[in-house]
Amino acid sequence: MNQNVTCPVCDAVFEVAENVELNELLTCPDCGSELEVVNLKPLEVAEAPQEEEDWGE
Amino acid sequence: MSKISVSVVGASGFAGGELLRLLLFHPHVEIKQVTSERHYGKFVHKVHPNLRKICNLKFTGIGELEECDVLFLCLPHGEAQKQIDRFTSLAQRIIDLSGDFRLNDAQSYKRWYGHPHTRPELLSEFVYGIPELYRSKMSRARFVSSAGCNATATILALYPLYKEGIAQRNSTVTEVKVGSSEGGNKVSEASHHPIRHGCVRSFKPTGHRHLAEMEQELSFGESVTIHFSATSIEMVRGVLATSHVFLNRDLQEKDIWKIYRKYYGNEPFIRIVKERDGNYRYPEPKLVTGTNYCDIGFELDAQTGRLVVMSAIDNLMKGAAGQAVQAFNIMHGFAETTALEFPGLHPI
Repeated sequence: MNQNVTCPVCDAVFEVAENVELNELLTCPDCGSELEVVNLKPLEVAEAPQEEEDWGE
Repeated sequence: MSKISVSVVGASGFAGGELLRLLLFHPHVEIKQVTSERHYGKFVHKVHPNLRKICNLKFTGIGELEECDVLFLCLPHGEAQKQIDRFTSLAQRIIDLSGDFRLNDAQSYKRWYGHPHTRPELLSEFVYGIPELYRSKMSRARFVSSAGCNATATILALYPLYKEGIAQRNSTVTEVKVGSSEGGNKVSEASHHPIRHGCVRSFKPTGHRHLAEMEQELSFGESVTIHFSATSIEMVRGVLATSHVFLNRDLQEKDIWKIYRKYYGNEPFIRIVKERDGNYRYPEPKLVTGTNYCDIGFELDAQTGRLVVMSAIDNLMKGAAGQAVQAFNIMHGFAETTALEFPGLHPI
């Protein structure tokens, strides 16, 4: 059975497949954040690390 | 189903041309007449070349207007109010794209437009034209007054924050970067290519007329001040409004997400654009060119409580013709997205 998870960035609740794996990368359908599965029971996700770009900063 | 007969008054301008582009592909519309005094007798495609082989109408004069179901008015400011009795005698419904009936308070016209309103008793009969704010009223309206382009971009960005009461009421600073088509199709020395090219022109640092609409729609019964400036940049179409909003309480970005989702989650033409990677992380005017979308993004500076909200529209679409067609659809019970499905171009 699919399960719901809450995006830690935008608080959107979205559905994740039952067979999701630890460290799998997901994308929040609302804010587009890349999320990593950090725990399976209970299901928890965290923002995946991303490379920052320097736009002239 | 019989089609709705529509005429466009002042159809040779940029907004009028966009309106024709949309209405010509509207499945429930038949365009009856289009007027232009300057281009009287000419084929529409002589003025709007993108409509060549699509529209074989010729411009007629405003004095030759006949009865129809709906009149779209795209006249210069002040003209619609002068002739409103004639227009209302010709059509059951009117959608006015000018500023003539946008403000609720007649006194505001003197302040913002420099002269008193000639028909103040009619102001309350017009519904302000942003569908996301007045959809229900619009569905029963006979008259709609489309909102100004900069006002639309700014109000849609700020509305949820002011409605929720989380913004300091007198501190918001909004700067818009706009395309040259906001100036209309009349030429001037300042619009001459050698003069205009490459300019980043602060054309209205203070006192822009659209401020009246912003403060009207964001006040919710209490006075509100928006500090607004407008800059014209090297772009033909588009508005990017950047608003600096100072919050009156501690909030996190996910709280802001929730607010925008609450107000706009089901809106067909509003998209929240806020991504951490990719080429377009925040609203980008060129991506909404020709569309009826309003893209809204934000970033919270947690250190200072400053929320930066960016909103992008096409000034001729969501800021004029697209918004008007959306209102037309609501007034007639059509699917709101009818004739407005174009998703834009990429790359552009």
